[in-house]
Order: sequence, then structure tokens, then C-alpha cells
Amino acid sequence: MAVGMPDNVFLTRLDAAANWARSNSLWPMPFATACCGIELMATASSRYDIARFGAEVMRFSPRQCDLLIVAGRVVMKMLPVLQRIWLQMPEPKWCISMGACACSGGVFDTYAVVQGVDRFIPVDLYVPGCPPRPEQLLAALIEMQDRIKQTGTIDGREFLKRTTATGPLPIDLDEQRRLKTASPIADLPIYHAPTL
Amino acid sequence: MLDVSALQNQFGAEIAFSEFRDNRRVTVPAASLFPVLESLKNQHGFSMLIDITAVDYLESEGATDRFGVVYCLLNMQSGERLIVKTFVNDPDPVLPSAYSFWKGADWMEREVFDMFGIRFDGHPDLRRILTPDEFTSFPLRKDYPLKGRGERHNFPVLTRAES
Repeated sequence: MAVGMPDNVFLTRLDAAANWARSNSLWPMPFATACCGIELMATASSRYDIARFGAEVMRFSPRQCDLLIVAGRVVMKMLPVLQRIWLQMPEPKWCISMGACACSGGVFDTYAVVQGVDRFIPVDLYVPGCPPRPEQLLAALIEMQDRIKQTGTIDGREFLKRTTATGPLPIDLDEQRRLKTASPIADLPIYHAPTL
Repeated sequence: MLDVSALQNQFGAEIAFSEFRDNRRVTVPAASLFPVLESLKNQHGFSMLIDITAVDYLESEGATDRFGVVYCLLNMQSGERLIVKTFVNDPDPVLPSAYSFWKGADWMEREVFDMFGIRFDGHPDLRRILTPDEFTSFPLRKDYPLKGRGERHNFPVLTRAES
């Protein structure tokens, strides 16, 4: 406490004040596409009570949110929607990828399921599990708060350094590696048939 | 109970009938599918179309045709069920649409088209129903790899600095 200051005046940095406010009022955007969404709802219920961390205000409009929680598998028809929601969220914003499917595609290694949303949108935290327990999601939320308090800046310049995708890159190489295990049988007449 | 011999007298002997437990099945050549379905709907009382689905017999042992298309019918009066099966082949698998008999055939035929690429002549609005419009493959064909041909990763990447 500075000398000569009244007792009810506190000195702090602007960044720290902003981080304190932001980290304790993370408004989640629940992008719940599968069973992880049920755990996400359980996290909001009275037993686990996400309100203890100031994150109980689930908003279904991305314009009012600052924490995107991707809960569940994302298929290729849904990914443009997810990207649009991410772009519509105002700064500062963060993203938690919840569960095995959102992180890596999980067991759904098929033609339609995106193998990890981190390839196409930036992800801050990964929550493993299939589905994760509500405690795990709360732990991720606390970790998110810690990270905001430690690295956050009022003008969000810590985001500017992240110029590459969080997920595996390049996608082409990864896809080719996966395609090798599913290559078609050569010399079958059907492969030379004209496509419709 | 459906009188199969009447159906065979009407449409020729190539209509094969088989039975397994309570499954009663008729196999119909694609050319006579439309009149057979019409007869089943209007003369034999099969008023409800339960499902249309397809099978890809590529590399299947003993198969002579590429695709089998299966119609499951229900007679709402007697509770009798019937499975109608027909076969189509590459390069142009096409069948007459059953939409004029059962309106429910609309989305079922769209799904078969989406997954197998079998076209239905006379369908009012034959486009993809499950996969995105810009999808070009037919995923349930046996020559389509399970992991796709890279469609699932053909999206722009948003990085944190630019979004």
C-alpha cells in the first residue's frame, strides 16, 4: 500500500485488472454435438456447479460469449458452422476442446468426421476423456483462468504470436499417411468405370 | 397373404420368390420394378413403404450384379410385410422412382442416391440429403475408402492471430 493512500484504494496493473475480470466471468458458448454435451450440462448442474467459477452463463449467441467449448465430434458438414461461430465471437475469446472426438476424432476415423477441431480453429485447452468427467472440465476451466491471469493482456497481444494452426500440420501429409491404410485394390475393373 | 403366382402370371416367371422364417421376399428385374410396385400398391394393398435401402455387392462372392436395391413394404390392413429386391449395375445405375406410389419415398430415394449414386427417374427433387452439396463421392460404395479421399480436411484453417 502506497504511503498516504486511503485504505479503500488499490493499485494494480491494467492488464491484471482486466485479467481478473475476464477470468472470473468466462461466458461459455456450448457447442455440444454429442455425448460430451451431456457431461457439459452435468457440469452446469447443482452437483458440480460451474457457477462457482463464474462460468454459468451459457449463452447460445456467439456474440455474447468468450469461451467456446467444443463438446463432441464435429463432422465436415458442421465444421463451417463451428468456424462461423468462432469468427462471430467477440475478442477476447478462448476455446476448450472437450473430449476425445473434438481433440482428435476419437474412434470416428471416417470420411465425414474431422480429426480434431484444432486443425481448423485455434484451441487453448484440451480435455481428454470419453466423455470427460465434470471434474475434468472444471479443472480445465480453472487452468484456463490461471492462464488468462498469467498471460492475458488488455489488448490481447498475446494472441498475435499464434500464427499457425494448433493441430497437426501439414494436413496433406497427415492425410496421405492415413490414406495408405485404406488404399483401393488395383486392377479392379470397377475403379476405371466412369463416375456419375 | 400375397398370392405370388398371381404376380408371376402377371409379370412373367423371372419374378423369384423366397421365404426365410417370416421374411417373404420377391426379386424383380429392374425393367419390371415399376409395374410390380404399382400392382403391389394398388391391387395387393401394400399401402405403406417402410424403407428403401441398397447393398453394394462389389467383390461379394457369387454376386452377379453390382447394386441391390431393397424395398420394404407393409400392408396396413393385414399387417403383412414384403421385401422387394432388384438389381442395377454400373455405369449408370438408374431405377424408376416410387414417389408416385408412396410420398415417403422422397427422402429414402435421396438417401440411396447420396450414399450409393443410384439415380431415380421421376423423383421430384433428387439431390444429396446427408452429405454436403459439394460432396462428389458416394460414401457407402465399397470402392470408397472408409477414411475418405481427404474431403474431411478440405477446409480453410483459422489461426488465432487472424481470427
